[in-house]
Amino acid sequence: MTAPARIRTGSGEKASWLLEVDAMTVAFGGVTAVDGLTFVVNEGEVLSVIGPNGAGKTSAFNCITGFYKPTGGRVRLDGTDITGMRPARIAAMGVARTFQNLRLFGELSVLDNVRAGMHVRIKQSAFDAILHTPRYHRSEQEATDEANRWLDFVGSRGNRYNEVRNLPYGEQRRVEIARALAREPRMLLLDEPAAGLNHNEKEQLLDLLRRISDLGTAVVLIEHDMGLVMQVSERIVVLNYGKEIADGTPTQIRSNPAVIEAYLGAGDDVEEEAEKIAGLSDDQVFGQGEGEQA
Amino acid sequence: MSTDRTNRPEQPNASATNRTAPDAVDASAFVNAVDNRGDTKVALAGSGLAPGKPRKVSPVSRLISHPWFGLVIVALAVALPFIDSRAYTIRISTDALIFVMLAVGLNIVVGYCGLLDLGYAAFFAIGAYTSGVLTTTFGWPVIATIPCVVVAAVIGGLLIGGPTLRLRSDYLAIVTLGFGEIVRITANNLEFTGGPNGVFGIPDFGDFGLRADIATYWIVTVVVALAVLASARLGRGRLGRAWRFVREDEDAAEAMGIHTYKVKFAAYVTGAIFGGLAGVLFAVHQTAISPPSFNFLYSALILMAVVLGGMGSTPGVVVGAVIIALLPELLRGVENWRYFVFGVLLIVLMIFRPQGIWPHRVGETPAKVRRKPMREDDVEVVP
Repeated sequence: MTAPARIRTGSGEKASWLLEVDAMTVAFGGVTAVDGLTFVVNEGEVLSVIGPNGAGKTSAFNCITGFYKPTGGRVRLDGTDITGMRPARIAAMGVARTFQNLRLFGELSVLDNVRAGMHVRIKQSAFDAILHTPRYHRSEQEATDEANRWLDFVGSRGNRYNEVRNLPYGEQRRVEIARALAREPRMLLLDEPAAGLNHNEKEQLLDLLRRISDLGTAVVLIEHDMGLVMQVSERIVVLNYGKEIADGTPTQIRSNPAVIEAYLGAGDDVEEEAEKIAGLSDDQVFGQGEGEQA
Repeated sequence: MSTDRTNRPEQPNASATNRTAPDAVDASAFVNAVDNRGDTKVALAGSGLAPGKPRKVSPVSRLISHPWFGLVIVALAVALPFIDSRAYTIRISTDALIFVMLAVGLNIVVGYCGLLDLGYAAFFAIGAYTSGVLTTTFGWPVIATIPCVVVAAVIGGLLIGGPTLRLRSDYLAIVTLGFGEIVRITANNLEFTGGPNGVFGIPDFGDFGLRADIATYWIVTVVVALAVLASARLGRGRLGRAWRFVREDEDAAEAMGIHTYKVKFAAYVTGAIFGGLAGVLFAVHQTAISPPSFNFLYSALILMAVVLGGMGSTPGVVVGAVIIALLPELLRGVENWRYFVFGVLLIVLMIFRPQGIWPHRVGETPAKVRRKPMREDDVEVVP
């Protein structure tokens, strides 16, 4: 599959991190959803954010992308402070996201949905549209071609010319990722992309995530499917009750007692449990945790 | 009987769209069900869709959606004075065309962008009064007032849109309703707008050696045709797409880098300009304007034309506006009952066709589909 042309932003020397979350706190009334969260995302890295439901993962995403204003702490993108900026501005700076519950433009065609991602790059004024100037035709053609290429990239097979809401769920998920990719982000935040997918579709998602990573895009993933997380992540951040409890490679996380406690609940024999669990496969360990939350 | 005449051209289209509608409804209901359950087992069950195949289009709807169809309608409109040149016909046709322009302008705000505006007649009034006062009090020619009308309409749009577009649509509706009334009452109380008497003696566009009403009718026809074309094209371009994104899901639009506030503002101001220019045509056509012409009922009628025709669909809105403008005239046969019959007909139409007479079709034109393979070679080169 051919990937669309993209600009590589290889400014590794300039800033050491692509995204820097520094002591970020979000409180809703008396509830502190995110409590002093600190982590970094490196250029082109695949990072997973995991934790039980209500741990503050989505709240953290919403703060990074500007949908919530953090009550404390800073968020920096490539050295620029983006704390409290408008979501559109953060998106224009190269941060694209998907939503936990699909947020497609249901009444619009699949192609139009993907064109949304290109909106900031389409060079066309209202007058071009009214007068149908050559620039209008050129930019529309480019947008259509690029939208098609991104849909090919994510392996979308549905009808692209009609309403996106008529597509099956798994296909809609793909379109949402295509839309985010069309933004040509430096960092892509995916909020539970595997939710509601069957085994086969999860395999395809895994492959897709690797190909996205190959494009040089950093991927930050919120996901409950531990099989997927362990296979695709270079690094994992674990949250519980809004606090970061672990940050490390999949292997480190797997054997971290605090993580196991968060997922299985504290007990007198946590240490023993942990040792026992270390011998089991990931799915068995985290499968239970997942069941608990569902 | 007279109702029949108006509706006949729409009938084939109505039945044609009806035939395809159940599938679409079923499919969306199915997808929603899947969505709600979030269940993996059913997620793939609906994937029997033909990939990349445009929706089948019936010959009738292909005919009416043909680019030349609009041209034929415009030609017919231009030819009208040759067919029937009675002053009455020309007058109600001019009224109907001006109403079409208003509906098309409001369609940008309500249909494309999803902002409910209940005070649209305010921009109509601003345009009519700006033009009326400048021509009568200061003796300007009508053409010269147009830039001032545009500026006044934009200022009106900024004044009302600036502080209120952050509101959710229900609150916006109430504020715009208030704005509409404020403009009307202001015109009623100011000295230079002529108070309750309004402005009268507004001159024509000029002397063209034709019957004055026919000359005005032709100018109105051309301006309205261009306005309809402009709004349809705007709706398909980059800005038009952004309006639809905002209407569908503001958060998702923001997440794609679309500054939703600016986009809504653009819709509001564009709608205001359309309304203001329609006001100029109205002032010239009526030669006299007074505050009662711009009451809430008028705003509601424009909105009704948009909803009746099909929100976001330019041809639908044009048809809706023509029906709303002409139906009371065609119902003159039933004397005192005509507004009652008018109301009942509207209710019946909305019950049987809630999506509008000619709803917006999402399916993209096959022309774009055909062009795609030509560019396939580029794809190989680009990466």
